[in-house]
Amino acid sequence: MNGDSLGYIFISSLLINNFVLSYFLGICPFLGVSGKIDTALKMGIAVTFVMLLSSLAASGIHFLLVMLDALFLQLISYILVIASTVQLVEMIIKKYSEALFEALGIFLPLITTNCAILGVALFQTARAYNPVQSLVFALGAGLGFTLALLIMAGLREKLELARVPSLTEGTALILFVAGILSMGFMGFAGMGG
Amino acid sequence: MSTERKNLDLLIKGIWKENPVFVQLLGMCPLLAVSNSVQNALFMGLATTFVLVNSATLVSLLRNLIPKEVRIGCYILIIATFVTITEYVMQAVSLEVYRNLGAFTSLIVVNCIILGQAESFSSKNKLLPSVFHAFGRGVGFSFAILSMGTLREVIGSGSFYGVSLFGPNYQTWTILILPSGGFFVLAVLMLLYGKLNRRAP
Repeated sequence: MNGDSLGYIFISSLLINNFVLSYFLGICPFLGVSGKIDTALKMGIAVTFVMLLSSLAASGIHFLLVMLDALFLQLISYILVIASTVQLVEMIIKKYSEALFEALGIFLPLITTNCAILGVALFQTARAYNPVQSLVFALGAGLGFTLALLIMAGLREKLELARVPSLTEGTALILFVAGILSMGFMGFAGMGG
Repeated sequence: MSTERKNLDLLIKGIWKENPVFVQLLGMCPLLAVSNSVQNALFMGLATTFVLVNSATLVSLLRNLIPKEVRIGCYILIIATFVTITEYVMQAVSLEVYRNLGAFTSLIVVNCIILGQAESFSSKNKLLPSVFHAFGRGVGFSFAILSMGTLREVIGSGSFYGVSLFGPNYQTWTILILPSGGFFVLAVLMLLYGKLNRRAP
């Protein structure tokens, strides 16, 4: 059992150990879907939702696997649960918002291979969080992911208008911006210890 | 073109011309996260290549048996199995490296290079081409992560594979070891790659 308070877990996963900028999880959507603020926000919400569901499921599965003494199945069962959750979310989005489904496109099924989600499940197990702590952790991580994505999207919308050397156009420029952003987030390091 | 020549071509393409990292921007998470030392980068490259080649072999052999509707689930199961094997082997080989890599050994499962390989190549091609293709991409990824690891360790902490290079008076560039350094080094490598390819199109 882990004694960290819920507030600490939340702030820590949201800012201090931001999943994207200090753990490097979920970089693919971070680089791929951060072109427009609108899409970024929806992507963030979808990822947060999948994270919450799969975190809950992972707590249950871990309990079951410990009971059955079959921990070597951990990775396989986590990833299967995540894949099915993503499928579920995909169906829901397709039913209620065709436009959003089109906008997210290929990145929707790719949420499965978003390492941030598997990361949440693995970290909560490694740190022995109880189900409530896990949920708060997943919420913080999801919101942190959304926050990073939104900041990046905002910056990129402005960068469209900037004149940069032609060689740096595209990925290299985004990576430089991400590096500076990550330095900014290092400023939170002293908080909470 | 003879088949042998074609297979070799597939292999070489994965290393430079269609490098999964620099051209297709796949596998970014492990690339940035565990490239802070040469040792970590080396083991990550080896582990990823192992999983990549083995899963490509199995997917290619089973390509006619796997139903279309559940193929992604099947691929992920195959990949997860090999990652679990890798995880246990790594614990046996070096506990220190296993601890350093942390969750990132398990996270090989969600490395998009591997799923991409299964979905877009191995599921449509025969055994031999897909093994060559997978191996080329594995080497391409290892090349990228090793160049990052070397740059970050040599400049960031003045050593190579833990061996000090410049003596005790070297002022370390700690920023390169920190997360933001990963972004910067990758950006510089991207620029370099773009520059080299532009000159010889």
